[in-house]
Amino acid sequence: MAFNHKHLIDITEYSDADIMTILETAKAFSQVNERAIKKVPTLKGKTIVNMFNEPSTRTRSSFELAEKRLSADTMNFGGSSTSTVKGESLIDTVMTLDAYKIDCIVVRDKHAGAPYMVSQASPAAVIDAGDGKHQHPTQALLDLYSIWERKGGFEGLRVGIVGDIGHSRVCGSLVPALKIMGAEVTLVGPGTLMPARPDVLGADHVSAHLDDVLPDLDVVYMLRVQMERLEGAPFPSIREYHDLYGLTRRREHLMRPDAIICHPGPINRGVEFDSYMADHPERSVILDQVYAGICVRMAALYLLLGGADNGLSA
Amino acid sequence: MAFLLKSAHIVDPALGLDGVADVLIEGDRIAEVGPDLAAEGAEIIDLTGKYLVPGLVDMHVHLRDPGQEYKEDIESGTRAAAKGGFTGVCAMPNTDPVTDTGAIVQYVKTRAAEVGHCRVYPSGAMTRGLKGEALSEMGDMVARGAVAFTDDGHGIQDAGMVRTCMDYGKMFGKVFMSHCQDNSLVGEGQVNEGVVSTRLGMLGWPAEGEEVQIARDIQIARLTGARLHIQHITTARGLALVRAAKDEGLDVTCEATPHHLFLTEDAIDDTYPTVMKVNPPLRTAEDARALALGVADGTVDAIVTDHAPHAAWEKAREFAFAPFGMTGLETSLALMITHLVKPGVIGYGRLVELMSIAPRRILGVEEVRIEAGATADLTVFDPELAWTVGADGYESKSDNCGFDGESLTGRATDVFVGGMRTLAGGSVC
Repeated sequence: MAFNHKHLIDITEYSDADIMTILETAKAFSQVNERAIKKVPTLKGKTIVNMFNEPSTRTRSSFELAEKRLSADTMNFGGSSTSTVKGESLIDTVMTLDAYKIDCIVVRDKHAGAPYMVSQASPAAVIDAGDGKHQHPTQALLDLYSIWERKGGFEGLRVGIVGDIGHSRVCGSLVPALKIMGAEVTLVGPGTLMPARPDVLGADHVSAHLDDVLPDLDVVYMLRVQMERLEGAPFPSIREYHDLYGLTRRREHLMRPDAIICHPGPINRGVEFDSYMADHPERSVILDQVYAGICVRMAALYLLLGGADNGLSA
Repeated sequence: MAFLLKSAHIVDPALGLDGVADVLIEGDRIAEVGPDLAAEGAEIIDLTGKYLVPGLVDMHVHLRDPGQEYKEDIESGTRAAAKGGFTGVCAMPNTDPVTDTGAIVQYVKTRAAEVGHCRVYPSGAMTRGLKGEALSEMGDMVARGAVAFTDDGHGIQDAGMVRTCMDYGKMFGKVFMSHCQDNSLVGEGQVNEGVVSTRLGMLGWPAEGEEVQIARDIQIARLTGARLHIQHITTARGLALVRAAKDEGLDVTCEATPHHLFLTEDAIDDTYPTVMKVNPPLRTAEDARALALGVADGTVDAIVTDHAPHAAWEKAREFAFAPFGMTGLETSLALMITHLVKPGVIGYGRLVELMSIAPRRILGVEEVRIEAGATADLTVFDPELAWTVGADGYESKSDNCGFDGESLTGRATDVFVGGMRTLAGGSVC
C-alpha cells in the first residue's frame, strides 16, 4: 500500500495499513541498528531541524540518533534560548528556519496545536514530537512496535493504560492508534487523572481499580506520574498512589502469565512500579521501547522524506 | 434637517406597531408617524420593502479605547456599530487604564461625542482595576455618565466582594452585570471541557465554572436587592437558573451572543482555529439549542455581541497564547435574521425586544418609541438583502470574525441617531 503522508502530526489520520508500513519499515531499519557501522546514506543531503521548544532529553536524543544514522544534516533549535523568549512568534521563528531551506521540522512544544501551525507556516515535512497534552505520535508508534514484536499483532489485544491519562499526550496518540489497530483499550486511574471524555480518545473501558482489570490485560502500560504537570494535587500522596496503582510484585499473581509491561519513560521507581516489575526479565519491555524509538523514528523520517534508496541493502 | 422616511414596514412591539407607514424626522425627534405623510423641504428616503425599528443597542461591546487603540478605538468601533445597524453601544470597562473612575468615563463620553458614529454608554468597573478586591468609585462614575457596573472579562471570585459591590452600589439604581467564571474550576481553560478539550488536548473550561457563579450571583442579588444581569450566558443549566430566578420575581436578566447561539465547540477542529477562542467558550450543540429556546421564550432578554476585536498577529499564535474574543457588531443583526427570524423561531417584534427595547430598559437609557415626540434613534434594515460576511471588508479595525465567509440574509441599510444619519444606503456616515 502506498504511504501517502506529508506530516506525522495526528495519528488519527493514519490507517492501519499506514501504521503497519511504518512498523515493517522500522523492522527493516532495525537491522541497520544491529550492524557494526550503524549508518545508511538514505537521507544524505536532507536537512532536519529539531525544534524543541520545551525541555526533552530522550525524545530529542532518539530523533537525533535516528537522523544521524540516516545521514541527514541535523540542527537543534530551541530550548530555553528559544526566540519566543525574545518575543518572536512561533510563525516568525518557523519562517526564519524555513529560509535556511530545510526539509523537515521535528517539533516539540508545550502548546497543543503547535505542530499544525508549523506545518502551515512551512513547506517542510513536520513531525510532532509531542505537543502539550495533545499528541505524541512517534511515542505511540514505538509502543506499537514493541507490542507487535512481543505479541505478533493487535486484533483483540487487551491493553490497559494506567495512571495520568488526562495530562498525557502519549495517550492522545496511543489510545487512537491502538483502536486503529483493533486492540481493546482500558484506561485505569482516579477521576482526577482522567480526561473529560475518555470515549473521545477511543477508550473501551474506564476503571479506577487496577486490581479489577489487571487479570484481563495482555499489555499493562504504565504512565509516568508527571510531577511537573500535576497541579492542585490530584491524589493525596505518592504512598497512596503507589498503593492503588503501583505495579508491584504483590500484584503479579493477578497478571496473565504472558502479560507484558510498557512505560514511556522516564520511570519513577517506587511510584508506577517497584523495581521487581520494572526490571522483570520476561514482562518488562521498557528498554525495548527505547530501542524501538530509534527504529520507528528512522522509519517515519524515511517514509515522510521519501528517500528513493532506503539504503537497507547498502 | 428633516427626513421623510416613506413606506417602511414599522415594527415597534412596545406600541403594537407592525405595518407600513411613513415617518417624518425633524431635528432630533420624530415629528409624525402615519400614512402618506408629506413635508416641505424634507429629504425623502424611500424605504419600500425595508423594516424600520427603534434604534438597536448592543449592551456588551469592547471599544478598546483608551489603551488598546491598535485593536479598535471609539471611532472605528462605533463605525462598526453603525454598519451593523446600532444606534448605541455599552462600552466595557476593561480599558487601559481600566474604566474605574469618573475621569475615564468622562473621556469615553467626550471622545464618543467628538468622533462617534453612535451613542456610547460607558459601563464602569465594579472593583478597582477589575481586581475583585476593592470598590471602584461608582458614584463618581455615575455622575459622569456610567450606565452600569461590571468586571466583564473576570468573574469576581469572592462572594463577599460581590455583596459589598451590590450593597454599596445599589443606591445608584444601575444594573450589575456579571461575567460568571469561577477560576478555581476554570483555571487556564481554553475550550469547553468535554469532547473538544479531550480531542485537542487543551485545558477545559467547564460549563459548571460558569453556572456556579450564575447561581451565586442570583443568591447575592436576592440578598442585596440589587439588579443583576448575567452576561453572555452559554449553558442550558445556566439558563435554567435565570429562568427560576425570574419565576421567583427577582430582578434578574441575561444576555446571549450570536456566536454562542450559532456556533458550537465543533467549530474548533484540528486546525486549532484561534478565531473561535472566546470567553466563555463555544459550548455544545445542546447548549446552543437551549439558548435559542431561551431567546424565543423570553428567558434571554437581550442579544449582545461581546464585540472583542484583536489584532491579526495576536490571533496568529498558539491557541493557548491567542486572546479570547471575536468581533460581532457588523454581523449580529444579520445572524439573528438569518438563523432565528427567517426559520420562524422568533418574529421581528421579538427581534426588536431583544436588540433594542430590552437592552435600553436594562441599561436605563432612553427608550425609543416610533411615535411623534420620540428621539429619532432609528434602525432600518433590508430583510432580504443577501451578502457574504467579510466580502466587503469590515469597519472594525480587526477582522477576527467567527462568521467570516458565511452567507447571510438581512442587513442594516440606514441608521439615524438623534435625527442624524450615521448609515446611509449601507455606508457609514
